[in-house]
Amino acid sequence: MPRFTVNGRPVNVDADPDMPLLWALREDLQLTGTKFGCGMALCGACTVHLDGQPVRSCSTPLAAVEGRQVTTIEAVGATRAGQAVQQAWVAHDVPQCGYCQSGQVMSACALLADKRQPSDADIDAAMSGNLCRCGTYNQIRAAIKDAAVTLNRGA
Amino acid sequence: MRALVDTLQTAGRTSRRRFVLGTGAGLALGFVLPGAARASTAAPAGRFAPNAWLRIAADGTVTVVCGSAEMGQGVHTAIPMMVAEELDADWKTVRVEQAPVDQAYNNPAFGMQATGGSTTVRGHWQVVREAGAAARAMLVAAAAQQWQVAPAQCRTAAGEVIHPDGRQRLGYGALAEAASRQTPPKTVALKDPKDFRIMGQPLKRLDTAAKVDGSAKYGIDAQVPGMLVAVMARAPQPGAKAVRVVDAQAKAVKGVKSVITLPSGVAVLASGYWAAKKGRDALQVEWDLGDKQGLSSERVRSLLTEGANAAHANDGAVALAAGQADEGLARAARRVAATYEAPYLAHACMEPLNCTAWVRGDEVEIWAGTQSQGPAQGILSQVASVQPAKVKIHTMMLGGGFGRRFAPDFVIDATLLSKISGAPVKLIYTREDDMAAGFYRPASVVRFEGGLDAGGRLVALKGGVGSPSIMAGSGFMQIPPTGVDAFAMEGINDHPYDIPNQRLAYGRREPGPQVWFWRSVGHSQNTFFIESFVDELAAAAGQDPYQFRRALLDKQPRYKGVLEAAAQRAGWGSALPAGVHRGIALSQSFGSYVAEVAEVSVAADGTPRVHRVVAAVDCGQVVNPEIIRRQIEGSIVYGLTAALYGRITFKDGRVEQGNFHDYPLMRMNEMPQVEVHILPSTEAPGGIGEPGTPPIAPAVANAIFAATGKRLRALPFDVAQLKRA
Repeated sequence: MPRFTVNGRPVNVDADPDMPLLWALREDLQLTGTKFGCGMALCGACTVHLDGQPVRSCSTPLAAVEGRQVTTIEAVGATRAGQAVQQAWVAHDVPQCGYCQSGQVMSACALLADKRQPSDADIDAAMSGNLCRCGTYNQIRAAIKDAAVTLNRGA
Repeated sequence: MRALVDTLQTAGRTSRRRFVLGTGAGLALGFVLPGAARASTAAPAGRFAPNAWLRIAADGTVTVVCGSAEMGQGVHTAIPMMVAEELDADWKTVRVEQAPVDQAYNNPAFGMQATGGSTTVRGHWQVVREAGAAARAMLVAAAAQQWQVAPAQCRTAAGEVIHPDGRQRLGYGALAEAASRQTPPKTVALKDPKDFRIMGQPLKRLDTAAKVDGSAKYGIDAQVPGMLVAVMARAPQPGAKAVRVVDAQAKAVKGVKSVITLPSGVAVLASGYWAAKKGRDALQVEWDLGDKQGLSSERVRSLLTEGANAAHANDGAVALAAGQADEGLARAARRVAATYEAPYLAHACMEPLNCTAWVRGDEVEIWAGTQSQGPAQGILSQVASVQPAKVKIHTMMLGGGFGRRFAPDFVIDATLLSKISGAPVKLIYTREDDMAAGFYRPASVVRFEGGLDAGGRLVALKGGVGSPSIMAGSGFMQIPPTGVDAFAMEGINDHPYDIPNQRLAYGRREPGPQVWFWRSVGHSQNTFFIESFVDELAAAAGQDPYQFRRALLDKQPRYKGVLEAAAQRAGWGSALPAGVHRGIALSQSFGSYVAEVAEVSVAADGTPRVHRVVAAVDCGQVVNPEIIRRQIEGSIVYGLTAALYGRITFKDGRVEQGNFHDYPLMRMNEMPQVEVHILPSTEAPGGIGEPGTPPIAPAVANAIFAATGKRLRALPFDVAQLKRA
């Protein structure tokens, strides 16, 4: 019965340790903002932060989460980077269908935590694991650059 | 049990056909306020709900009720903008709500409540604006009554009625109750477009915030107390039968509750997805594929090629004939012939197909991201043997649709599983089952022959298309007596070029996979075929491909307009960086005209890189230009993915692709710069969710030809052909 922390709250999920974190979040904890897309870490829709690092929760077994800190889309706005990214996403009206956007936002937040002024190559490297079938990539890129400006201005 | 569910599914299909045919009368729409009676009786005191499309609360909040599904195309913003314009609402007070299933929300474009064919704005163009205008008239009447002035002397602006003195004002919220006692007007006048304040503006979408913080609810997010989660081992082909199911190991998985065999596959029901998935993986199912046993991509290709050749050789169903095609070719100074082909494609929506269903007694309730909730109500009433009025459908946000969610297969299966198990059931397709479940863009082969006169003008065109029929396979349409499936030929038989001698024909062949509507439907492959072939003819004539097209478009001002605009905005003919070349293509689909210029380079290993795409769009009158630009850009990405990667193939009756490693989608690092230019127009609105897709594949292929001299005649592009030694 793995114990870990989700969005600052200790949790205790009654599930097999081989079950991916995604299903614990979505079904046991009813945090449905994190999405199921492929089940193989190929699309990024399920991206969450594990101790601050982006991981694909569909392929992260609960056993690997034991004792660690998970942050999801529902709480990332409480961080400075998360707030800047979400505001930039709204300002650029990024989403179309929106299904991939939780994962996009989580990957973008992790990128900006790592690089204050990401280049286009940095954005490609950090974001190319997140598929968007609606084709919002240019808006995502613009929003990340805007969020970086906001974060640097406030520093 | 198998017999029961077979019967139910057959009943569902029959019902669907009847339902669709039976509602065709909805096309004749005069001035009506659909759902007026239902809405007004439901309105609580203090609230103004003059018709199905809107209500105004005492605090002034305007809620627009949208009957169409939101799948990214922006209808949850466009429909409110149309209502709010004629209502003269304050946009800041406007909210949107998804409608229940009700005939009031039938899309006049096709007489049913469904979302597809890029029809939402076009279909509702009159009705929702009239609904807004009628509500405005009632608010004005209420204010005029209070002020004891003539209604005609009052004005409205941004959610207020303005007194003839120009000073006194009454807000719509304050007037709501009084307005609800007014008699709806018999006729309303709509605004002159020059007076639009909301339509035509790049307003922000109403659904963005919820899609950025994770709170938007998609079908897969539905929660019902006590529900089970089902995962299916889907039949490899429609009609395949599970002749042996060994489920002991599946049932031994902790959390698995039951295993149920449906005609479409074997379902494992469990306490959650992971247990259901493990159960599914532990199933041993032996399938009898019947006549699909030998299905392979080689067989598909040879059958469709034979169909294309037959249709070209004066067999097949004639979709367009003009002049004397054979004589025209015989007299031509120069002839060019080529065969093009395109594969089956999956929609690959980011949200795997899913539906939550709860059948209890004589009631059915479902939560689904569906494009066809209206027809689904009729189908599910048959599936569950209940009255249609007892089928309640919650249309959730759609994590992509692209036509796939128009099909009823997943809502039928979830409803059957709930009916049989007695529990609420959330059915989730794995990505692999989603991809292998059929409903593909048809594969197609075309044989073209063109003739140029001594001056290099195109004087004859013959074409034969070999392709399966979506109409015949849809379950609710039929091929007309001409024998031409409109979807198989669209984009080819309605091409814009002025050619005196033509014969374009359809050779229907049915290799077996279930075919379906895929973003831009027949145009998605046919525009690649014809716009590449026209480019070949331009090259054979020794002419610039832009000027060659332009000279054939004198009778087609809207095509010519977008072609010229795209060429001009892209700087056609101007210098480009070394190794970068341009290609151009155009198309009209769903009432909108789009031309695209692609700038492409080809690496030594043959990999093409699309640097920039310039699109020009004439979609008639504009509701929201920013949503239009985004839809065109997204459609270009959708078409580029198909051109570069898209391919569903078959071997021994089974689909060979399963997930994004073998059905790749374009990623961030491959994204070109995109510019979309909207041409001003006073024409009726065209669709916008699909028309950006067709021109991109030929624009890129034509640029690759300009770069390499190699003509790619198959999708996806075979980059091995482009490799430099």
